[in-house]
Amino acid sequence: MNIPENLLYTKEHEWARLEGSQATVGITDYAQSSLGDITFIELPKAGDEMEQSKALATVESVKAASDVYAPLSGNIVKVNEDLEASPELINQSPYENGWFAVIEIANEKEKEGLMSASDYKAYVETLSK
Amino acid sequence: MSYIPHTKEQTQEMLKAIGASSIDELFKDIRPALRPRSFDIPEGLSEFDVIERMRALASKNATGLINFLGAGFYDHYIPAAVDAITERSEFYTAYTPYQPECSQGWLQAIYEYQTAICELTGLDAANASLYDGGTALYEAALMAIRTTGRNKIIMDSGVNLIYRTMLYTYTSNLSVEFVETPVAHGQSSREEIYKHLDDKTAAVIVQNPNFFGTIDDHSDIAEKAHLCGALVIASVYPVSLGLLKTPGEIGADIATGEGQSLGLPLSFGGPYLGFMACKKEFVRKMPGRIAGATVDKDGKRGFVLTLQAREQHIRRERATSNICSNEALCALRAIVYTTLLGKQGLKELAQLNYERSEFAKNELDKIKGVEVKRSSPTFNEFTLALPRNADKVVAEMIDKGFAAGFPLGRFYKGMDNYLLVSTTEKRTEEEIKEFAEALRVVI
Amino acid sequence: MKLIYEKSIKGRRGFRLPKALASKKCDLPKKYQRVKDPDLPEVSELDCVRHFTNLSRMNFSVDSNFYPLGSCTMKYNPKFTEKALKLEGFLELHPLLPQLLGGGMLAQGSLEVIYETERLLCEITGMDAFTMQPLAGAHGELTGAMLIAAYHKHKGSRRKYVIVPDSSHGTNPASAAIAGYEVIVVRSDKDGCMDIGAFKEKLNEDVAAVMLTCPNTLGIFNPRIKEIADLAHKAGALMYYDGANLNAMMGKCRPGDLGFDVVHLNLHKTFGTPHGGGGPGAGPVGVNDRLVQFLPISKVSKRDDGTLYLDYNNPKSIGYIAPFYGNFAVILKAYAYMLLLGKEGLTEVSEYAVLNANYCMKLLKDHYELSYDRTCMHECVFSASRQADKGVHAIDIAKYLIDKGFHPPTIYFPLIVKEAMMIEPTETESKETIDEFIAAMIEIAKLTESDPQVIKDAPQKAPVKRLDETKAARDLNLRFKGSP
Repeated sequence: MNIPENLLYTKEHEWARLEGSQATVGITDYAQSSLGDITFIELPKAGDEMEQSKALATVESVKAASDVYAPLSGNIVKVNEDLEASPELINQSPYENGWFAVIEIANEKEKEGLMSASDYKAYVETLSK
Repeated sequence: MSYIPHTKEQTQEMLKAIGASSIDELFKDIRPALRPRSFDIPEGLSEFDVIERMRALASKNATGLINFLGAGFYDHYIPAAVDAITERSEFYTAYTPYQPECSQGWLQAIYEYQTAICELTGLDAANASLYDGGTALYEAALMAIRTTGRNKIIMDSGVNLIYRTMLYTYTSNLSVEFVETPVAHGQSSREEIYKHLDDKTAAVIVQNPNFFGTIDDHSDIAEKAHLCGALVIASVYPVSLGLLKTPGEIGADIATGEGQSLGLPLSFGGPYLGFMACKKEFVRKMPGRIAGATVDKDGKRGFVLTLQAREQHIRRERATSNICSNEALCALRAIVYTTLLGKQGLKELAQLNYERSEFAKNELDKIKGVEVKRSSPTFNEFTLALPRNADKVVAEMIDKGFAAGFPLGRFYKGMDNYLLVSTTEKRTEEEIKEFAEALRVVI
Repeated sequence: MKLIYEKSIKGRRGFRLPKALASKKCDLPKKYQRVKDPDLPEVSELDCVRHFTNLSRMNFSVDSNFYPLGSCTMKYNPKFTEKALKLEGFLELHPLLPQLLGGGMLAQGSLEVIYETERLLCEITGMDAFTMQPLAGAHGELTGAMLIAAYHKHKGSRRKYVIVPDSSHGTNPASAAIAGYEVIVVRSDKDGCMDIGAFKEKLNEDVAAVMLTCPNTLGIFNPRIKEIADLAHKAGALMYYDGANLNAMMGKCRPGDLGFDVVHLNLHKTFGTPHGGGGPGAGPVGVNDRLVQFLPISKVSKRDDGTLYLDYNNPKSIGYIAPFYGNFAVILKAYAYMLLLGKEGLTEVSEYAVLNANYCMKLLKDHYELSYDRTCMHECVFSASRQADKGVHAIDIAKYLIDKGFHPPTIYFPLIVKEAMMIEPTETESKETIDEFIAAMIEIAKLTESDPQVIKDAPQKAPVKRLDETKAARDLNLRFKGSP
């Protein structure tokens, strides 16, 4: 299970990469592998306002539709348009090419509620027990 | 007799294997207090007795009336091969093709049906079918609301009143705003539609031919609606699409309709066939089952139910619809019917319907006191103005052996003297002449 | 197999139409005419018949295969009901005929079929009135949810929620949602029944109804069902009965007596009408007297002289939910079925459906994980979790069963059972057939230990091998687009 060190994580298996006042977000390797082959993603539009822990996107596999929640509140700066035609990027490269959106962080404090890589790793291990 | 194959001995063997002393022991969770207070059902009958009873009931219905009654539901001839194929029990007694590898026959047939619906409507994608034309129109309205995020629907009153009433019923607990616009000279009133069209409008619903049988070209309405970001839903009569401009050609986003005319018997109102097609950008908002082509492990073409993540069994309360059925057997009738008719046949069928109706118009116009309304062209149904109450005329025509049409006063205020008359390819020159003669005598 | 469109030969005809009256060209103005002809197949009648006959042979069906698809009641559909349907007088009757003045007298036979079917269903379920209009089970659920909304509105309250257990059919929450309700899900307890403690916590004055399947989707009859109904009623909520599983209960127990206020039935399940590849079915809805006044328009009623008519005078009705009187042909077949079986036959249906399911359960429980080990009703639910540990999943088992000539059980439902396999043999299957099925299931359990790959490679004997459903959803191909 790939869990990069430099990211922050949620219990719903989203990740956030912080760069200045912005955060790039996506779903973790664990999430993509439990969802299976992703066939479609419904993304927000640039300019949409997101609230932490509220639905940011919906991903569909053949037999499931799952919400993905915003790890942090803020406005959407841009979304990964490649995913529309190639949702498989999420499976192939969840932390790089499979990113979902960039958020302009509205509330720096919210970061404190996110997990570090080691905490997330420990959390995932409890799930597979 | 209940089609149960167990012998007494087998029942005992099975109980023994289970470890129960009697069948009743298996029902022990249903305590005596929960048992039926009554179960007063008649004793069973033999197959012969039931058929005789059915024969007696069937004979209480009128047979042999010559049919000029349509109003959205038409008396077309059904080729024998349609029955022969749909009666094959490999189709009849299968269920929804959840397991594609043992349901390829059904899935391919549905894919072929979807193709035919796309060809008829001129749109990109169709679903595997819905219950009927009315529920299909309701689903289309909800689809437009979901797609646009708006909740106002403009509906032309040329849309079948039964369907309009159904839409009101279904949306009575939802926040949907309906505006009904009048018919002007038999066609959709542009003036009224444009007056209400705005950036809150989710969809404009039109019907072609409309309930009065008149033909319209709604291209201009589609253009204006799209400028406001609204969708256009066209409710259409599939046989007419052999001749008339398609929903795709007018620019409609969603087409729905009643598929009964494609090889389904009238059968006192059901089962019928709701069809739906749309532009490709709206496919994921479409309700119902959808078959798609793919390949198997060896790369061989095969078919599956696809886009299932829209549906109730996966998305539950957030599904695009609660529908679980597709009227597959009815859709099969439709694809076999359109296959038999074929490209040329469907066109000729539509022309025959048009021609018979034009002939009937001329014959009926000769009757003194009767006027054919001719403000707009019609397909296979038209309005007659009678010198007296159409309800009464129709009752008298029944005695002459005709189901003379639909008295419009039933649905429209102030139209008590108007009669809606339909002629399909089944109505011969002689029958139309006899009909005109009978009407002349009655009036 | 080629598509019918790929067999098309330009100029070939499959059907001869009546002659045109006039040879002159159609005079409809061009602006109303379609520009491009539809690309429909051009084939002969034999081409068409052979094509669809060969397609039919690529399906499993009840008439050709054991079809233990849980929750779907794939019983044998007696042939005589088709004969009844084809009688002159039923098939060609125009639905608007009774709307013509005096026309009701021309459809007395069909109106009687509807009227009598309603009476029989009332007695079977213990309800006070039925509408035959809903066109399918889910359509019945939506109708029921709208009736419930009308009831509360009439009482002056607008309740917001509908409660469903986590084992419910997907249609329940979906129907409640499109009727305008929010859905509350209550978990199941260790016995597989809705957890009463959790239910009590969720129940409040804003709950409009509780939707339950009984026996539930695990095939379990909840012995505390009456208690749930009493609690719901005390809170002012109504009880909704999803009739998918009525085949387990006829003559043994009636939803009306259990305290249910609204009931939908699936005629295509319990009353032996063919499923036809996914429809048409019929989903009539029954209510007790608190809700009769809200039933859809129209209603078949009897005059003093014994004749029948369509009653449109119902000001409190929810309105029109179907264009006419329901799927008449399906209703007719169900009526014929009930007449033939009668009281004793209908009771036997449930007895033997339950016997067959318990027999399956008992003989398979040493080989598969039984999630809830107790007497079942008409179906039993196993988990393939033990097999899944060896890499063989419920879907693999399903595909191997296809090679053995059996339609697979319902898999991955109910959602609360991991790797679920839901088996409903129905009463019409013989001990020999069930024994063969059990033998196949045991063979699979053994192969999982010795040669799991064989199962994972199945099916080998079907017209296609395992299909790529991911590709189907990613590269949408929903229609034929002409030869390249």
